[in-house]
Amino acid sequence: MKIAVLKGGRSLERQVSLRSAARVEDALGSLGHEAIGIDVGGDLVQRLREERPELAFVALHGPGGEDGTVQELLEILAIPYTGPGVAACGRCMDKVAAKHEIRAAGLPTADWVAFNATAFRELGAADTLDEIEQRLGLPLVVKPAAQGSSLGVEFAAERDALPAALLAAFSYDDRVLIERYVKGRELALSILGEEALPAVEIRPKEGDFFNFEARYEIGRTDYLCPAELSGEEAEEVRRVGLATYAALGCSGFARVDLILAEDGPQVLEVNAIPGLTDTSLLPMAAEAAGLSFESLIERIVELAPKPASALNG
Amino acid sequence: MSEPNDNPERTPAEPGRPAHRRAHSSRRDLERYSRLFAERTRVMRSSAMRDLMAITARPEVISLAGGLPDTSTFPPASFAAQMTRIAHKSSAAALQYGPTDGFAETKACIGEVMAAEGMRPDPDDIIVTTGGQQAIDLVAKTLVDPGDVVICEAPTYPGAVPVFCSYQADVIQIEVDEDGMRVDRLAEVLDALAAKGRQAKFVYSVPTFQNPAGVTMSADRRSALVELARERELLVVEDNPYGLLRYEGERVAPLYQLDGGDYVLYIGTFSKILSPGIRLGWVVAPPPVLEKIGLGKQATDLCTSTLTQFFVREYFAEGRWREYVDSLVGIYRGRRDTMLEALERYFPAEASWTQPAGGLFVWATLPDYIDTSDLLAKALGENVAFVPGQAAYVDGRGASSMRLNFSGSSEDEIGEGIRRIGKVVDEQVRLYETLTGRGGPAGGESGSAGPEEPADASADVLALRPRDRRTP
Repeated sequence: MKIAVLKGGRSLERQVSLRSAARVEDALGSLGHEAIGIDVGGDLVQRLREERPELAFVALHGPGGEDGTVQELLEILAIPYTGPGVAACGRCMDKVAAKHEIRAAGLPTADWVAFNATAFRELGAADTLDEIEQRLGLPLVVKPAAQGSSLGVEFAAERDALPAALLAAFSYDDRVLIERYVKGRELALSILGEEALPAVEIRPKEGDFFNFEARYEIGRTDYLCPAELSGEEAEEVRRVGLATYAALGCSGFARVDLILAEDGPQVLEVNAIPGLTDTSLLPMAAEAAGLSFESLIERIVELAPKPASALNG
Repeated sequence: MSEPNDNPERTPAEPGRPAHRRAHSSRRDLERYSRLFAERTRVMRSSAMRDLMAITARPEVISLAGGLPDTSTFPPASFAAQMTRIAHKSSAAALQYGPTDGFAETKACIGEVMAAEGMRPDPDDIIVTTGGQQAIDLVAKTLVDPGDVVICEAPTYPGAVPVFCSYQADVIQIEVDEDGMRVDRLAEVLDALAAKGRQAKFVYSVPTFQNPAGVTMSADRRSALVELARERELLVVEDNPYGLLRYEGERVAPLYQLDGGDYVLYIGTFSKILSPGIRLGWVVAPPPVLEKIGLGKQATDLCTSTLTQFFVREYFAEGRWREYVDSLVGIYRGRRDTMLEALERYFPAEASWTQPAGGLFVWATLPDYIDTSDLLAKALGENVAFVPGQAAYVDGRGASSMRLNFSGSSEDEIGEGIRRIGKVVDEQVRLYETLTGRGGPAGGESGSAGPEEPADASADVLALRPRDRRTP
């Protein structure tokens, strides 16, 4: 099959995307497909029209590629693609929308409030920070609403740290959320098709606990796969993860990040297009399930909708 | 000696496309290798920051992040003529290995460059290196055991930090002010070390038009530093890539000249006065140290590129290298002035910055609540880039500063780039005011809520006197 691997783009996660795509292209090649890498830019539509791929493998991360924009274009061009559809991508990329959906589905996620910068600039939202602190309690986690990676995620251990944490998060997006910090074990549940892969536990090393960047560096974080969970815990994590995936309308694959607190799992966020680099969690989970990287890619391709041959005559 | 890859499987079948590419490693592979990695690689990290910096290479981005000299004004005809002469006169020799310490003719050119700054080294004290960067590496390789103390400036050349870290040095940074490294603080730190029975292996300094701060060490401080080095038998590594790029003021004697080469090791380069692409630098050191550096160099790469040494020889033979440097000085002076004017115009009152008399960089410091790594993400949204200050520290300081380069962009680009950075800084300052309830939610168009105390905000990083602030 002729498959276009969409990669790069202008997002801050460009480098991660290029690393994901390089592996995907290799795997597609060894599976006997013809992989054409396309660095997503102004000529994307033109390139797709020229190449006429049977399938697009979306290996983009962050805004632009993971938020439904590229997917929408692919729909218009009637090119089937891997991973979740337009609406699901949009919901996953917007952490605030995702949390509303998750809560509406009766699934657990930490209490939060969300703001855009205008609320502070024009509506005096700063005056509510004390109430927010009282309502959610310290420490707080501040996140840009639309960044896939750890960029701009800040801890505020005390009230005074909140403005600087908000300022940092606002550097990445015009909308941020302030979330209650949930103490517990960090888990990532990758889902392939309708099946949950073994959960991965992320254990930051001492000292790097509040450094989200460290999560992405070998040696600064330990990964346990499968996570050491009791049968009951594993089942509950699986149930919540799958229900979240369904609630957001995901298909193909996605990764649900959770915290396993004392009273059960809480959903943090869903990544519509999780990383596929050699240090990424989805390939790690697949490996624990006995799937090589090639098999994982093959499965993702199989899960994509079939080419609409009627359209091509 | 490294052999070219003769594995037919890996010979490219068509340009740009390997016939066979190794499948990328699985995570398990990676972990298997990671157990084999040397201890020193633990400090060699890739990071999200580095990924961000990669984006700055996009063509639509005005990058004030690099440290690139402008090579566009070097006459192509002259380049072609020199290379042709080399091909006709000395093809075989130019394609051959050369001596590990470099050709005598290259050392003669180095002698000319150093003489232009008042230094007369013995050619036998010189080793030609693959860029100044290799000189830093070789000095560290020769002198540093794991755990040894290396002292450098705060902020320091960002490219030196990974070198010292890779030799597992314990890096201590001494603050810099408008007159360069605080030599009094250095003395205190040396005392404190001595009290613990420790000694610094060497002090690394870029005393003239420092990277990244743009400041120059005063003559008094230079004398004090050389004196201190003699008293305590301490080696000082003087890295001087920019000395000839002076745009105003009087020349200050290099440390090497003051010391005479007993305790000062000198690192120079052709990168900023001719071309960084030729990778030619040098180190001058006392004979016993030089001998060890030479052994280290031999192990690293046998010799510096013969071809580019021939190029430099031909180029210097024309006798016009000073003219070219002077033309660069003219260009860079204009760009520096443009940057300083643009900063004055577009940066908010809460910011401060250095006024370099030469070199390639301005160091700007913002209020301490702004993290310039985060700000870079916002700036990239406006297609402009700089180096976040943290890159110049080993200890996480510098988070509210940034390094701005003015040699690699045109005056128009510099003006526009600073305008864009100023815009995002201004937005963040205003937003912070509303976040802390100081600015009020009115969102007045007039901008600043009034001058703060800039000296206070920058005190932690680089002490500057508050600037004379012209009101617009």
